[in-house]
Amino acid sequence: MERRSFLKASAALGCAATVVGCKTDSDDVNVVPPQPPVAEEQINWSSCTCNCAASCALKVISQDGVVTRVESDNLGNDKGLELQSRACLRGRSSRQKIYANDRLKVPMKRVGKRGEGKFVAISWDEAYSTIASELRRVIDTYGNDAVYWQHASGTNQFRAGGRESSKRLLNLLGGFLDMYGSYSAAQIAQSATYTFGEFNSSAYKQMSNSDLILSFGFNPSETRMSGSGGGLDYSIACQQVESIVVDPRYSDSALGKEHQWLAIRPGTDAALCEAIAYQLITKDQHDKAFLAKYCVGFDDTTLPASAPANADYKSYILGNSEDGVAKTPAWAAEITGIPELNIIELADKLAVANAPYITQGWGPQRQANGEQTARAIYMLPLLLGKLGIAGTNTGNWAGGHSHSLGAMSIGTNPIKAKISCFMWTEAVINGKNMTAVEHGVQGTEQLENDIKFIWNYAGNTLINQHSDTFGTGKILEDESLCEFILVHDVQMTPSAMYADILLPDVMDLEQHDIVANPGTDMETIIAMTSSVKPPFDVKSCFEVCLELAKRMGVEDGFAEGRDYQQWVEFVYESSRKRNPALPTYQEVIEKGLVKVARSGEGIAMDKFIASPDENKLNTPSGKIEIYSERLANMSATWVLPEGDIISAIPKYCDTWEGARDTVTKETYPLQMIGHHTKGRTHSSFHNIPWLREAAEDAVWMNSIDAASRGLVSGDAVIVWNERGSIQSVAKVTPRIMPGVTSLPQGAWFNPVNGVDVGGNINSITSLRPSPLAKGNPQHTNLVQIKKA
Amino acid sequence: MTTNTQYGFYFDSSKCTGCKTCHVACKDRLVGLERPNDDLIVNGAADMTGVIWRRVYEYGGGSWSENSDGSYDQNIFAYYMSLGCNHCSDPVCVKACPTGAMHKRREDGLVHVAQDLCIGCESCAQACPYDAPQLDKRRKIMTKCDGCFDRLAQGKKPVCVESCPLRALDFDTMDNLRAKYGDGDGHIAPLPSQGITSPNLIIKANKNGQSVSGGAGDILNLPEV
Repeated sequence: MERRSFLKASAALGCAATVVGCKTDSDDVNVVPPQPPVAEEQINWSSCTCNCAASCALKVISQDGVVTRVESDNLGNDKGLELQSRACLRGRSSRQKIYANDRLKVPMKRVGKRGEGKFVAISWDEAYSTIASELRRVIDTYGNDAVYWQHASGTNQFRAGGRESSKRLLNLLGGFLDMYGSYSAAQIAQSATYTFGEFNSSAYKQMSNSDLILSFGFNPSETRMSGSGGGLDYSIACQQVESIVVDPRYSDSALGKEHQWLAIRPGTDAALCEAIAYQLITKDQHDKAFLAKYCVGFDDTTLPASAPANADYKSYILGNSEDGVAKTPAWAAEITGIPELNIIELADKLAVANAPYITQGWGPQRQANGEQTARAIYMLPLLLGKLGIAGTNTGNWAGGHSHSLGAMSIGTNPIKAKISCFMWTEAVINGKNMTAVEHGVQGTEQLENDIKFIWNYAGNTLINQHSDTFGTGKILEDESLCEFILVHDVQMTPSAMYADILLPDVMDLEQHDIVANPGTDMETIIAMTSSVKPPFDVKSCFEVCLELAKRMGVEDGFAEGRDYQQWVEFVYESSRKRNPALPTYQEVIEKGLVKVARSGEGIAMDKFIASPDENKLNTPSGKIEIYSERLANMSATWVLPEGDIISAIPKYCDTWEGARDTVTKETYPLQMIGHHTKGRTHSSFHNIPWLREAAEDAVWMNSIDAASRGLVSGDAVIVWNERGSIQSVAKVTPRIMPGVTSLPQGAWFNPVNGVDVGGNINSITSLRPSPLAKGNPQHTNLVQIKKA
Repeated sequence: MTTNTQYGFYFDSSKCTGCKTCHVACKDRLVGLERPNDDLIVNGAADMTGVIWRRVYEYGGGSWSENSDGSYDQNIFAYYMSLGCNHCSDPVCVKACPTGAMHKRREDGLVHVAQDLCIGCESCAQACPYDAPQLDKRRKIMTKCDGCFDRLAQGKKPVCVESCPLRALDFDTMDNLRAKYGDGDGHIAPLPSQGITSPNLIIKANKNGQSVSGGAGDILNLPEV
C-alpha cells in the first residue's frame, strides 16, 4: 500500500470546486438529516466488566428492552471527585457485543469431535443433568482434585457472579484443584514476594511528585484506558515531569509525552538495569547507608551466613562473582540494543534525581526470564536509596486504583493442592507426575490426579489465551485425557468450540448488580439496573450454580436462603461495613452512579522506610531481600530444564528464543512480542466489527526487516516457527525496533489447513514455563515472516 | 456567506493517545441514526464498514541506524490526529455538490447533508480534503459528522467530545473556543493547508508535530481511517 503523508491524495485538488449546486447554504430547518428517535427511551447505568480491571460506567439507552445507544459517565463537572468514569472504545462498542451474531443463545451439547465446533441445541434440563452427572462421576471416580476451575476474566467484577458462585459450588461438593498466579503477572508476583514480601507500588499520582519517571514496558494508554485514571494520570504527570520510556515499541503511551524513548530488545531489561547499577557503584553514586539498613545481600556485609563467598549483588555487577563479567554499559549495549552512551546518560540522570518514579508494565516479566527482569528493575530504587518517599516507587506497576467492594464468599476448598495457572495442560496430560520441585505444585509434594473435568466460565484461556494453541488443541481433542469440558460464555469463542456442554451467559448490559470503577481520587459505585430484555434463553452463572446445587444436594449451603439480588445486597452491605463511606444499597440503586472519595496518594514502603524495625516486611529477614536464601535453596533443589535459572540475586539471563539465542535465530531470526491492543481487552471484544475496523490486527515490523523480505504495509504474511503458522497482515512502521516484531494479542484462533488465519499470537508461543513462577512466557518467541 | 453562529472543534494532539473512543462513540450514535429501522436482535447493530465519521490518523516517521555493537540510534516520532468534520467557513463540499444537498446551516454553521436531495455522486467526498463526507454504500447516500446538533439542542457537547478519556477534544462556538484556547498552534501534518476550506478547528500541537507543508512522517494507519 502506498504511504501517504496527507489525509487524502486529492487534497491539493480539493479547492477546485466542481459543479456549483443549486443551494449552498440554508437556514431551512426542514432540511436536516433523520431526526433522533422520539419514542420513549429508558436510561440505565451498567458497566463494562471484562478484565482491564476498570469496570467503567456505561449509560445504556434502550427502547422496549432493546439497546439503542451506549454512552458513558457524563455527570458532574468532571474534575477531582467528580472525574467521570468514561468508558473507552470497548465499552462504547457494547451494542454490537450484546447483539453479536455469534452470541450464544441456547444451551448446546457437542455432537462432532471435540474442538470441531459442531453442537445441537438442548434444554436447560438436559444441560443441568449432564453437567451434574459428569461432575459427580469425575469426583466419584477420580476425586475432587481431578476437577479444575479454569483461569478466566471475561467478567471481572460481580458481587455474586461467575467465578465466586462456581467456586463456591465446587467447594461445597468437596473442592477442586485450584491455581495460583495469573496470565497477566505470574513472574512479577513471585519476584515481588521474594524481594519485598508482597506486591506493592506507589499510586499513579505520585508520578507528579517525581522529578524523573523511568518506565519499562509500561503502556497504560493501551491497557488502562478508563477516563477515570491510569493512562490519564500518567499522561498528566508526563506534562510536568521528565519521562524516559524503555520499550521495544514506541507505544501509545509515548507519542511525544516522553523526553526519551530507549528502544530495547525484549527480555533484556535486566541487562540495562545491571549496567546502570555498574555505573552507580563504580561512580560511588549508590546509597550505601540505605542498602545496609534496609536490604540483604547488596554486598558481603549483609549477605546471610549461608551464602557462598562473592554471592552478593555488588560482586556480581563488578564481575567478581562466578561469571567474571563486569556488567558495563558496553556489555549491556550489545545485549539490549541501547547505545552505550544512552545507558551512561540514563545512569547519570538517575543518580541526581531527587525522587525517581521507576515502574514497569507486565510485558517485561511475561517472558522466559521474567522473574529476573522484574527483580533487576527493583534494584534501581534500592541502589539510589529512593524509596518510601513522595514521588518514588518500588519498580512495580503503578497502583492506587482499587475499590472497596467485596464478593460472595467461595467458602473453603478442602483440596489444598494448587498449580500455577499456566500449568493446566501439563496437569491434563501428566498431572500425577507433577511435583513441587519440578512443576511448582503448591500445597502438596505431588498431585494425585490428572485433570478430568474443566469448568470454563467467561474465559478464553482454554485455548486462545494459553500458549501453543495448536499443541493445546491436540491435548483438548483427546477425550481420554480431560473427560468433560463445561464452557459458559456469551459468545462462540475459540474456547467454546472445545466444550462438551456449552451454556449461554447473560451479558453485563443485561445483568443486575453493583460494581465499582476505581478512579484516581474516588471510586464510582455503579448500580447495574438493566431495562434490557435478554432476547435469548440465557442464564447467569449464579442461576446455573443454584440449579446444580439443588440437583446435587447442596442448595442450602450454596444459597443460604438468598436469591441473587439478596446476595448482591448482602455482599454490598458487608462491604459497607468495611468502608462506611459507601452509600447504602438503596441509595446506589436510586442514584445509579455515586462517587466515593478515596485516597489515591499511596507511597509504597513508606512505613517500612520510616521505621523498619516496627514494620518488618513479610520476608524471612524482614528486610528487602536482594539476596534471597529461599531462592538460593530452590536453586539447589528444584529440577529445572537445561538453561533455566533460579538465582539468589537478580541476574540477567539469556534464554531459549531470547535476544541472544543465535542458534534458533539462524532459522527464526525475529523476536516477536504481542502487545495489548486498544481494540480488545485480552480476547474480549474480538468479534466486534467496529473495533476490528478501529484497531487493525497486523504484524508490526520495522521497515528494515520488511524491506529485506520484500514486504510493504498491507501485504498478507505468514508468521511461523516450529509451533505453528499464523496468517496476518504486515504493518510496516518505524515504531518498532529492528529485529523485533509484534502481533497484538487476543485475536481469535481460527485454524484452516494447519494455518491460524485468525492471527492469534499464541499459535507461535511456547508451553515451556518460566523457571520460578512456572508462568507464561508469551513475549519470548523467535519467528520468521514471509509474504503469504 | 455568513452564519449567525459558527461552531467548531478543538483538538489537543499532545493529550491524544489514539485510543479511538471518539471514533467508536460517534459510530454508535450515527449508526443508530442512519439505520433506525434495523432489527437489532436479528441483525445486530450495523457494521457500516468503512464509514468512519470521526477518523483518528496515526502520523509518524524517523529513521534507524545500526551501530557497530548492534545497538541502534533512532529519532522516531508519532502522534495522532482526531478528525470529524470541521464545518468549514469555506466548505468545498458544499461548492462541489450538484444538487444542494450539502449545505451550511446559517443558525450554527454546521455543514449538513439533506439526504432527500443527495444523489450519492460523491463530489463532496472528492472535494473535501479532510475525508469528512462518508458514503453510505448501502443507501448510496452521503453521511457525515452533523456536529451532534440534536445533542447541542439539549445543551450537551457532541458525543465524541463527551467520550474522550483524555479530555483532548472540545466543541463550542468558535468565539468561545478562541476565548478559551486562543488560536492554538496552527495546523500540523497530516492536515492540509487551512487555506483550502477555512476549517473551524483549533489545534494544540503535539511536541512531535510536523509542519503541514513539509512533515517528515507518513500516515501509518491507512486501514483504520
